[in-house]
Amino acid sequence: MQPDKQNANLRIAALVSVGKHPGSGRARRAEQDARAVEMGLAMAPQGLEVLHAGDPHAEALRAYAGMGLKKLRILQQGENADAVPALSQYLSETKPDIVLTGVRAESGESSGMMAYLLGEKLGMPVVTRIAEIVSIDNGQANLLQALPRGQRRALRVPLPFVASVDMAAATPRQSAFGPASRAEMEAKAADVEVLDEVQASWSEAPARKRPKRLKVVKAKTAADRFKAATAKSSGDGGKVLRDKPASEMAQAVFDLLLEEGVIR
Amino acid sequence: MSDEIIRRDPRAEWIARNRLHPLHDAMQQAGAAETRGPSGLIRRNPHAVGFIGPNGIKRIDRMNGNGPAVGGRRSAGAAKEVELPLHKVENPDYYVVVVPDMVGGRLSGHDRDVIGQAHKLIREGEGAGAVLAVVFGEHREEAFDKAGVDRLLNITGEAYEGYTPELRVAALEQVEKEYAPKYWLLPDSVAAGFEIGCRLAARIGERPATQAWQVSSDEAICRGAGGTTDITRKTPRLMLLAEECAEPIDETRHEVLPLELETSVSVQAVIQDCGQVAVDPNAIPLGEAEFILSAGNGVTDWNQFHQAAEALGATEGASRVAVDDGNMPRFRQVGATGTWVTARVYVAVGISGAVQHLQGIGQCDKVIAINTDVGCDMVKRAALSCIADSGEVMAELIRLANAYRQEVVENAA
Repeated sequence: MQPDKQNANLRIAALVSVGKHPGSGRARRAEQDARAVEMGLAMAPQGLEVLHAGDPHAEALRAYAGMGLKKLRILQQGENADAVPALSQYLSETKPDIVLTGVRAESGESSGMMAYLLGEKLGMPVVTRIAEIVSIDNGQANLLQALPRGQRRALRVPLPFVASVDMAAATPRQSAFGPASRAEMEAKAADVEVLDEVQASWSEAPARKRPKRLKVVKAKTAADRFKAATAKSSGDGGKVLRDKPASEMAQAVFDLLLEEGVIR
Repeated sequence: MSDEIIRRDPRAEWIARNRLHPLHDAMQQAGAAETRGPSGLIRRNPHAVGFIGPNGIKRIDRMNGNGPAVGGRRSAGAAKEVELPLHKVENPDYYVVVVPDMVGGRLSGHDRDVIGQAHKLIREGEGAGAVLAVVFGEHREEAFDKAGVDRLLNITGEAYEGYTPELRVAALEQVEKEYAPKYWLLPDSVAAGFEIGCRLAARIGERPATQAWQVSSDEAICRGAGGTTDITRKTPRLMLLAEECAEPIDETRHEVLPLELETSVSVQAVIQDCGQVAVDPNAIPLGEAEFILSAGNGVTDWNQFHQAAEALGATEGASRVAVDDGNMPRFRQVGATGTWVTARVYVAVGISGAVQHLQGIGQCDKVIAINTDVGCDMVKRAALSCIADSGEVMAELIRLANAYRQEVVENAA
């Protein structure tokens, strides 16, 4: 979507985090957060503020800046601090029209609660998994929400609101090294720093492989067990239509499609 | 005195002795239950045991009907539906609330796992707990009892149809006030569970365990950092559970007693649902498309194939041969070298079904094959196969689809 006059004084805050590559485990820009930045850049490049709570020296943050940002706002706080109080304090002061986040972070707890906690604290409606902001008129935003299987749902929400951006949103532009290193990292200490005490009591380990669920046969008699052990997998064969007119066969296929509810 | 006199029926005795008598079978059947002799003892007739086999030899079934069916004769025991024992909870000490997704109005496998986890937590804890399922809107599930639902709170109403997360969370908040459940369990799924769970957690101020996959009453193991780490933590009150977190209930029936909220909730919803948007089926990634029309070597008229896909509203797919011949682009290829598809309905037109292709469609529910060869592997895999020329069937399908669309438009007008 092209930025137009209507969005000229629209103010968007995109919250970004340090991502983690699923294979190598290296720090990178998080995929969903990068999509949120992309959406913000497409909507209102002037009014976009990219916000991060944490360490201002993280290299991965430069990857966001390389998307063409002049500066990043960083609320400096310790590694074990809770990001929500600092962010909600800052956002309640700056009062942006739209707050964009990813659905789930790629590092840390990745509970996906950020958008909801911010929405609850700031008193703003939360929209989840949006794929596109179609338009904004009369203080209302028309959104497309991503549903499973590539489907979309149209939603209408009044400004201001918090939205989490789905992977179905437009792919983020590449990050360029030059602009990334030139961008200003505007760090200031967070106003409130709350230590995450619950998290301190957890133990964290690399993910174990989950056991596959076994198909347990619960048979009462020996004969049933024998039958279950020796029975061939029931290739129910299916229905075969042959030597019939094509119209009859097509009708059978079409009836099945209707029954499955795939014809809309 | 008269009741002590034992009266004999010589004719009946005679018929019972004479296997060739026309009334012999009927008499034997009538008296098969239990007969008492003159002294009051139970008399078992050894001649009535078993049945006469196909070549006139008596056969005695010593497996009590559990053996394999002999000579087309179905044993009575196998077909009998087993009545599962009823699990009753009278006056529950606490509730464990489950909010199932109810995709398509029915419990999904994920929902059943979550209910199984709820029962596991109750077994581990003290006191008698009951599983309370909160279901929004109309549902089509008939087997709540076999899934393990002790109490059912069905919140219905016009307002709950469609996408109404705010209203649902308000109702769940009311459940929290009235029932004060010991645990809240939701499926961590894209369908609804994740969103509702997070909203509820933010509202009632609980810190949830997300993607929890191994939960006991004191410890929960959750996937963190995008599924690359395991976080072990104390079991919180609200949990979003991963798939296959516990075994579903399958050995008991449950009461499914209906419950109601004392006060109804009404919230001014801010998010307005404008309904689903029509999506171009070919814009949906092949891997997540719901309905795929796939073409192979047997398709000759490619324009007709594209027309058929458009008329049916299906995403296009192709076999390797069709792609190699340049009839379809590479990203449309289904199979081991292309995309592994998850479609619910997969129509294979003129595809014989190479192993690689069959691997690629392994997760599809309903496969329909249109092919000229009866013996091909795709026909063996398919739920419905048409042995005919693909061009003719597709022409008919286009006609039917267009007629159906026309009818829908006329009915709407």
